[in-house]
This record gives sequence, structure tokens and C-alpha cells, in this order.
Amino acid sequence: MQLELTQEQDMLVRMVRRFVREEIVPLELDLDPDTDELAEEDSIRLKAIVQSMGLFGLGIPEEYGGPDIDMVTQTLISMEISQHRAGLYAPCYGVFGGAGLAQLFESSDAQKESYLYPTLRGEKRGFFGLTEPSGGSDPARAIQTRAVRDGDDWVINGSKIFISGADRADFGLVFARTSPDKGRGGVTCFIVDTDTPGFYVRRIVHTLRSAHYATELQFEDMRVPHANVLGGVNKGFAIANDRLSRQRIPYSAGCIGVAIKAHEMAVEYSKIRETFGAPLSSRQSIQWMLVDNEIDIQQARWATLEAADLADKGLPFRKQAAMAKLVSTEGASRVVDRSMQIHGGYGVTKDFPFERWYREMRIRRIGEGPSEVQRHIIARDILGSSLR
Amino acid sequence: MGVRLKKPWLALAPELVASLPGQLGVFQLANEHREVVYIGFAGARSLFGLKGELGHRLGKWPFFRVEVNMAYRTRYRELLMAHFSDHGCYPTENTAEETAGLGRLSLTALTKIAVKTKVGS
Repeated sequence: MQLELTQEQDMLVRMVRRFVREEIVPLELDLDPDTDELAEEDSIRLKAIVQSMGLFGLGIPEEYGGPDIDMVTQTLISMEISQHRAGLYAPCYGVFGGAGLAQLFESSDAQKESYLYPTLRGEKRGFFGLTEPSGGSDPARAIQTRAVRDGDDWVINGSKIFISGADRADFGLVFARTSPDKGRGGVTCFIVDTDTPGFYVRRIVHTLRSAHYATELQFEDMRVPHANVLGGVNKGFAIANDRLSRQRIPYSAGCIGVAIKAHEMAVEYSKIRETFGAPLSSRQSIQWMLVDNEIDIQQARWATLEAADLADKGLPFRKQAAMAKLVSTEGASRVVDRSMQIHGGYGVTKDFPFERWYREMRIRRIGEGPSEVQRHIIARDILGSSLR
Repeated sequence: MGVRLKKPWLALAPELVASLPGQLGVFQLANEHREVVYIGFAGARSLFGLKGELGHRLGKWPFFRVEVNMAYRTRYRELLMAHFSDHGCYPTENTAEETAGLGRLSLTALTKIAVKTKVGS
């Protein structure tokens, strides 16, 4: 792996950084501190700027109209677009677009016409429905939602929880058990229209995130055509697993971006805030906090870029993605905590972004597989198949 | 916490508003028939929180109720979506801009579940 940025990467990073600082951060001065959306006119204006930069639709393959950007460069950009108050869960308030449900790139031609292309055109929204009340870290065993074949349809019964965006979606990917005795080999992914009879959004699940909520879903005798099976019957676990590994890289990058911004603010504040006649930055206790911030950020940055580099090369990256997720979420949590501490009373007010980052960052150690699961993945890689 | 706000209605009068907390949260306004006409929130940009938001609306509607809630944005959206689920429309005083892009809740499904549970038990 090359440790220095290429000239093109350096230029892109500088351009995106400038966009965030000049276009996004000033808007936040007037926005509600907990919001995750911009006024429509701002959103349209900023999307046009991003399109003119050639960066709209990060993660969308070039053949589907996305920019031709490798995973390492995407990761570097993700570290930049999260460097603002809402950046962890709403990087640049969505004006960079995105791939949405990447699994649809592997769908059939008919499914692409009905779901992928409308999603890429912004006409349809989708959700990813994997986690159930019985658990999310071990989908092979936790999935209890059942799908039973009935003629040309499948009849689905069950429930999902912690599902983002299902209440506003037109369709979703729903994972259900189709062969009860086959473990991970008995799970199928269905594309489900949200206006299908028997599809219910039961409630909003309120969490530490005060802008972006999750939902709980219920399926009651919901009939889905066989043509809406994605990737084949009993092939759903591979779809879910691939998504979980790949998603860990941008997930990590978002945490690193917030940590970089929090650290930068802490460094600046420590130089201007005086106590007992000297700036905070002259105190060793503060200096060591800043040093630890720097170390946490660098560790997370290299671990995440290494995982992205392996993914670019088509090499196995599951262990490295798990390491990146583990190191970045735990390290960034510490960075935000220290930076908040350096800001004292102001750090916990809604006048500053730390309190939002502090709450949202806590979720990152659980979402997309908790730290313990990442350690389990790494342990399995070290110890091999002997580990049960 | 239930999905719907079910606290008793209070008269939207200066002395009651003055006794409100300055905290963040959501509120509802109602007409003389105690029908919800507006759902709003006191966010971090609201000067004096719920007290300030209701203070601006004195004299406009006869009744109000509040819920102190730090997750005011998601709770606000939930109340609007619950109102739509129950009535097929949003409160009359909420603007199209305020309700744009909201999702949908199927609260009738909740009722069905409750009935099933009762019969089963």
C-alpha cells in the first residue's frame, strides 16, 4: 500500500474539505443542532455543486453513472464529508448522493428496471431489513421471519427492528428464513414493496440519535412474488454478509472524520483558553489528551485505509474491515470524549457539536456489528476453523 | 412512552405558560373541541424552550399540552405521523413544509396485535 496520497487524491481531499468548510459548516450556524436535513433549496444548490465536482453518487459503479473512484479515495472523501456537526449520520446532509442498496447491482435485469434504476434516479427509496428482535449480530441464527412458498408467491410472516428509513421507503430488502433446518444456508433475501398488504411500520424506535430514527416492522401474511427473490433462494446470507463487511469501511471513515474535527477544535481551543494565567495547551494533562487523540486518529486512519486498499485489490479484507471498525469506533469515541473534556462546560452544551457527536458515536460501537463481534471475527481469522 | 400524546389538555393562558419548564420537547395545540390543530417542538434554537414556544402562541388556540423530550425531532415526527395514521391528514395548522417527506406508521397494526395478545392470553 502506498502511504502517500496521489496527486489526484490530494486534490480531491482538498476540494471536498473546502466544500465542507465553506458550504456546509456555515449553514449549521442557523440549523437546529439535531437536524439531519437541509432546506430544499440548499440541498438542490449543493447537489449541483457536488455534481459539478464530479463526485455525486459515491459508491455507484461507473457503468451505472457513478464517479470512477476507488475505495481508498472514497474512504478519504468519507473522512472529509463527515467533518461537521451532523456528519456522523448525515454526512453533508446527503448532497453527495450514494449507492443506496448496493446489493441491487447484482439483481436481475427486471429487478434493476423496477428497483435499481428508479433508486439511482432518486425516484424510489429502499431500506435494508436484516436485524430482528432476536438479534442482529448473528443473522444466520437470529432470523426468525419465515417465508413459505405458495405457488408463484412467498408468504412472509415475522418482524424486524432497528430498520432505518422503512417508513419513508418504497421498497426494502427483507431477509427471511426459507429453510428452517439449514442455518445460514436457509436464508433468502426478498425485495418487498412497502405498499404490499401485510407490511406494517409498527413504531419509531427512539434512540440516542435525536434526528435519525429507526423503525420496527411487522409482516403479516405478506405475499411477495417469487420474481422478487434477490440472488436466489437460500442465498441471502452471502448478500447480508458481503454488505456487512463492505459497509464497515465507510462506517469507520465517518467516525474518523468526526474525530479529526473534534481534535482540531480541541487543539485550537486549548491554545486560546487560559486558566491560572496560562493557556490550556501549556498543561501537560491537556497535551497528553491531544497526543492520545492524535494516536487514536492515526491508528484508525491506517487500519481503515488498509482495509479499503485490500478491497480495491480484490483481496480478502474481512479481518481488516473488522479491525478498522473496532479501532475507529472505539478510538473516535475516546477522541470526542477528550475533546469535550478540554472544552469544559461549553463541551456539553448544544452550542457546540460535541454533545451530538458524543451521543451518536456511542451507537457506532454497537451498530454494524458491536466491538465484541469484530473481535470475534478477528479471533476466528487468527485461530481458524477450530474456533467455535 | 406511548406513541400518542395523551396528557390532559391545559388552558393556553399566560400563568400556565409562565410555569412551564424552559426545556426542550414537543407540544400540541388544540381547538375548543380539544382536537389537535398543531404539533410543534421546542428545539435547541428555541429561546426558553417550551416556555418560549408556547409564549409566542398565546391567544391563538385555547388548549395545549407538552412533553419534555430531548429527542424532540424524532418525537415531533412521530406525533405528526401518528396523527396522520389516526385521521388520514396532518393537523390543520402544520404547513406542507413541516410535513414534507414524513414517513407512515401503521398504528392499526398495533391495535390488532394488542387484540391478538389479549385473546391469546
